[in-house]
Amino acid sequence: MSTSQPYTPEEYKRILETALLTTPEPLSLSDMKKLFDEEFDDDTWRVLLNDIRSEWSGRGVELVQLASGWRFQTRPEYQSYLDRLKNEKPPRYSRAVLETLAIIAYRQPVTRGDIEDIRGVAVSPNVIKVLEGRGWIDTVGHRDTPGRPALYATTKKFLDDLRLRSLAELPPLTEIERVMDLADAAQA
Amino acid sequence: METQPEPEQAASPELAHVAKLYGEPLPELPKDLYIPPDALEVYLESFEGPLDLLLYLIRKANLNILDIAMAPLTAQYLEYVEAMRVRNLELAAEYLLMAAMLLEIKSRMLLPRPKKVDEEEALDPRAELVRRLLEYEQMKAAAAKIDALPQAMRDYQWVSVWIADAAAERLPDVNLHDLQVAWLSLMKHARVMQHHKVRREELSVREHMSIVLRKLQGGAYLEFADLFDLSLGVAGLVVNFLAVLELVRERLIEVTQREVFAPIYVKLAQSGNGPNDVDVATVHP
Repeated sequence: MSTSQPYTPEEYKRILETALLTTPEPLSLSDMKKLFDEEFDDDTWRVLLNDIRSEWSGRGVELVQLASGWRFQTRPEYQSYLDRLKNEKPPRYSRAVLETLAIIAYRQPVTRGDIEDIRGVAVSPNVIKVLEGRGWIDTVGHRDTPGRPALYATTKKFLDDLRLRSLAELPPLTEIERVMDLADAAQA
Repeated sequence: METQPEPEQAASPELAHVAKLYGEPLPELPKDLYIPPDALEVYLESFEGPLDLLLYLIRKANLNILDIAMAPLTAQYLEYVEAMRVRNLELAAEYLLMAAMLLEIKSRMLLPRPKKVDEEEALDPRAELVRRLLEYEQMKAAAAKIDALPQAMRDYQWVSVWIADAAAERLPDVNLHDLQVAWLSLMKHARVMQHHKVRREELSVREHMSIVLRKLQGGAYLEFADLFDLSLGVAGLVVNFLAVLELVRERLIEVTQREVFAPIYVKLAQSGNGPNDVDVATVHP
């Protein structure tokens, strides 16, 4: 096969699309830049990617931007059909796991003790293991207190798996924060 | 069991009354909450700890979380803890600690506030508890929101087109045509090598199957053509070929070819190695 340079934007898009479809991991912009000899500015990349995205609109598969790059995925509304092909549904996480995850996501970096303070119960090692096993949290350091407890934070994979580009896209905590402000006001 | 559904209803007009008020601020906490005894264990175990239980009690009664009436709340909390104890649920130490904390707050509230000399604000004994309750409730809500986000592998899948070279090495399949071509070239050889001996011969496909299998013993890869003894003549080769086909059909050998017109290789089927050994062992006795 020839490796002649692509000439038209269409050709560039097709190459980009093929790369995105065949790479098992999200493609970052720096990955994508390796595809072509030419250098494009960020605007051009955005146009190319947005074009591909709109070309795939109306399909069961869509191009999404995640924390670690761009990637094709199935649209969530079709998951119930895909589930029929499998014998078992992926299990849901327990409340303990979800609450621990929420505390790590919103209050990171936190120690096990911080999590226990908020939840009012001991954190079972299993809960941490489940989240680490999924690759959603990891240890980013140790707090300089007796015992040097591990500090947990969420990973890029957590953001990727929840289709978030950054932690700023987490659902806001506003509603209850308003109550907290009220509480502060009541105390003052 | 199936005859009287109504006595229960008749027995608890008060409960119905309470239920009607549910959702509106109650003047008082309900004295107790009816839970079927069997369900109690499951019910109590569903709390994620003392804060969760307290929040439930407060929210259920629609109390102002910023101005909790400590006495009834403490009483109700202790009731639940007692129920857990009676039911022999493994009572986490956190529940007892919280009970102690509630009692402490309650007793501190009964004491007259010491008049502070300076303007240092007299802290409400409930403040710390309220702060913790609110923070926990916030995280509880956040957990539910995170759970509601579409999640990879649960709510959607990553898409990745399969590329051949990404998979493990796979030997190509052999189609009928390949075998035909190989056979024809054998025939050509056979014709060249043909001797004109006229002799009757017992031709057994089964026998040739064994011969082929024996040639392949030890896991050797043999070229397709090597399986054939050209001195057998056309009739012999036909039987030989039939034997090979039969072995393929019975999945005793594997026939592979890397690409069209490349040499065809034959070896014992993967799973055939083990059983063969076993056969030898069992035949002996």
